[in-house]
Amino acid sequence: MTQLALVIDLNVCVGCHACVTSCKEWNTAGTAGPLTDQNPYEKDPTGTFFNRVQTFEVGVYPDTQTVHFPKSCLHCEDPPCVPVCPTGASYKRAEDGIVLVDADKCIGCKYCAWACPYGVRELDQQEKVMTKCTLCVDRIYDASLPERDRKPACVLACPTNARLFGDIHDPASAVSSAIRDNGGYALMPEWGTHPANHYLPRRKTEFRIHPDELKRVDNPLKVDGKLPKPAPGEPALDDVTTW
Amino acid sequence: MNPAWSVIFLTTLLGAGQGLFLALYAIDVGAANGLLALPGPTFYVGGATLALALLVTGLFSSFFHLGRPERAWRSAAKWRTSWLAREVIVLPAFMGAVFAYGAAHQLQAGDRICLWVGAAGTVLCIALFVCTAMIYACLKFLQEWHTTLTPLNYFLLGSASGFTLASVLAALVAPHAVNQLAIAALVLGALAYLGRLAALRRNARLRPMSSLATAIGVKHPHIEQKAQGFMGGSFNTREFFHGRTRETVRAVRWALLVLVFPVPAVMLGVSGENAFLLGAAFALQYVGLLAERWYFFAEANHPQNLYYQAIS
Repeated sequence: MTQLALVIDLNVCVGCHACVTSCKEWNTAGTAGPLTDQNPYEKDPTGTFFNRVQTFEVGVYPDTQTVHFPKSCLHCEDPPCVPVCPTGASYKRAEDGIVLVDADKCIGCKYCAWACPYGVRELDQQEKVMTKCTLCVDRIYDASLPERDRKPACVLACPTNARLFGDIHDPASAVSSAIRDNGGYALMPEWGTHPANHYLPRRKTEFRIHPDELKRVDNPLKVDGKLPKPAPGEPALDDVTTW
Repeated sequence: MNPAWSVIFLTTLLGAGQGLFLALYAIDVGAANGLLALPGPTFYVGGATLALALLVTGLFSSFFHLGRPERAWRSAAKWRTSWLAREVIVLPAFMGAVFAYGAAHQLQAGDRICLWVGAAGTVLCIALFVCTAMIYACLKFLQEWHTTLTPLNYFLLGSASGFTLASVLAALVAPHAVNQLAIAALVLGALAYLGRLAALRRNARLRPMSSLATAIGVKHPHIEQKAQGFMGGSFNTREFFHGRTRETVRAVRWALLVLVFPVPAVMLGVSGENAFLLGAAFALQYVGLLAERWYFFAEANHPQNLYYQAIS
C-alpha cells in the first residue's frame, strides 16, 4: 500500500518560508481553497495556512543551534483526526494514505482539530470548514503537468531541497532511504499516531583540513609563495588582496 | 483549550435536563414501590416538559459551535467511530423518551407503561452522559480529560443539578417529595464534588507526555521557540488556549469550588419547602456548573500549544 509523505531535512532548511508562500499560493487557488485571509493589510492580520516554518533555539547561549522547523499535516498512518469526525468529512485515502477533508461534508465542529496533537488543521474563518494540507493532491496526479512538476508546491519551492516527497512504504524510494540512512524520525511518537511525514535531524558538519592541504606539496614550478607588494604609487587593492 | 460558550451551555443544560429526568423516574419508581406518596401527574408532566426544554435549549446552543449548522444533519453518519456522532443519535432518542414519558403520565397510561418508558429513558439518559463525556475523555493526548473521572463527573454533576431542579419543581407542585429530592440532591452533589476534587487533584499532578523535545524531535533539555512563523493570530493561537490571566483562571476555580456544592448544599439544607430558596440554590449551582465546565476546558493543555510559545 502506498503512503505518500514528505521528508523534511532540518539539516538544510534555512527557514526562508518559500514553502509557506508557495503552499498558500497554490492551495488558495486550488481545489482545497480558498484559504481566506482576514485583515491582510491591517492590524492583526490572520488567515488560513497549511504550512508554517517555525524557529527554535536549542541549547544555552553561546552553545546554541538554530533549528528551522517546517510544520504541516503529517498524514499519520493512524490519524486521530479521522475517527472522531461525526460526518465522515475527514478521511484517509486508502490508495495513497493522504488525509483529506471533504469541504462539502464538513460541519465546522472543530472536533478533528482538537483531536490532532500537532495542531495542523485550521478552520477557515470565512469558509467555516476545516482545512489542512492535501499534499497537493490536485497537483501530484495532474497528467497535464510535466512529470517533474507533479510534486507538492512546497517541495518544488524549496531552494535547498530540504523537502523530499515520495512513498515511504516503498523501501526503494528516495524518501525511504533518506529516513533509513539519515536517522529520519516522527514527531510526538508517544501518541501512537505513526506520522507518515518524517524529519531528518541536524547533522554535524565537519571540515577537516590536513597540513598537506594548506600548502601544495607538489608545488611543481616552485613558484607558490607570497607575491611582492606593489611599489608606492602603483595601483593597489589593499583590502582585497595581499598585493 | 479555549472554552466555547456554546459547548459549555450544551453540556450543562443537557446535564441538568438529564438529571431532572432521572429524578422524576426515581420518584416514579419510589412511588410505585410504596416508598413515597404518589405525586400527581403535574409533577411528572411539568418535570418532563422542563427537562425537554433544557435539552432543546442545550441542542440549540450547540448549533452555535458549528461553522456550518445547516449541515448538522450529516453528523450522525460515523457513529461507529465518533462519540460525537453517537451523541447526535442518542440525544434526539433521549428527547423522544422524555417526551413519551411526559405524554404517558399526561394520558394516565398506567404505572407499568410509565415505568417501562421511564426505564428506556434512563438507559438513554446514561448513554447520553457517556457519549457527551467520552467526546472529551477519548482524546488521549488531552491528558486532563483522558480519565474515567470525566464521564463519572459529567454524570454526577448533571444528576446533582437535575435533582436540585427537581426539588424546586416538587416544592411547587408536590411538596411531600421535596425532602427526598433535596436529600438525593445533597448526596449526588457531595459525590460530584468529591469526583471533581479528585479530577482537580489528578490534573494538578499530571506530567505532560509531550514536550518541545518530542514536538520537534530534538533531544535536548533546553529548547526555546524563537518564532512561530507568523506575527498575527491564527486558528492555532485562538482555539487552543483560553488567553486569560492566571488570576482569572484561579477565580473561576474558586467559583466552581464554592458554587458547585458548598453554597447550594447549605441552601438545600435550610430551605425546607421554600421554592424560592430552592430555586436560588439551583441557580447558584448552575452558575457553579458553568464555571466548572469553563474550567474543564481551560485546564486542558493541548500539546499543539507547544508549537506556539513565542510569536517572534
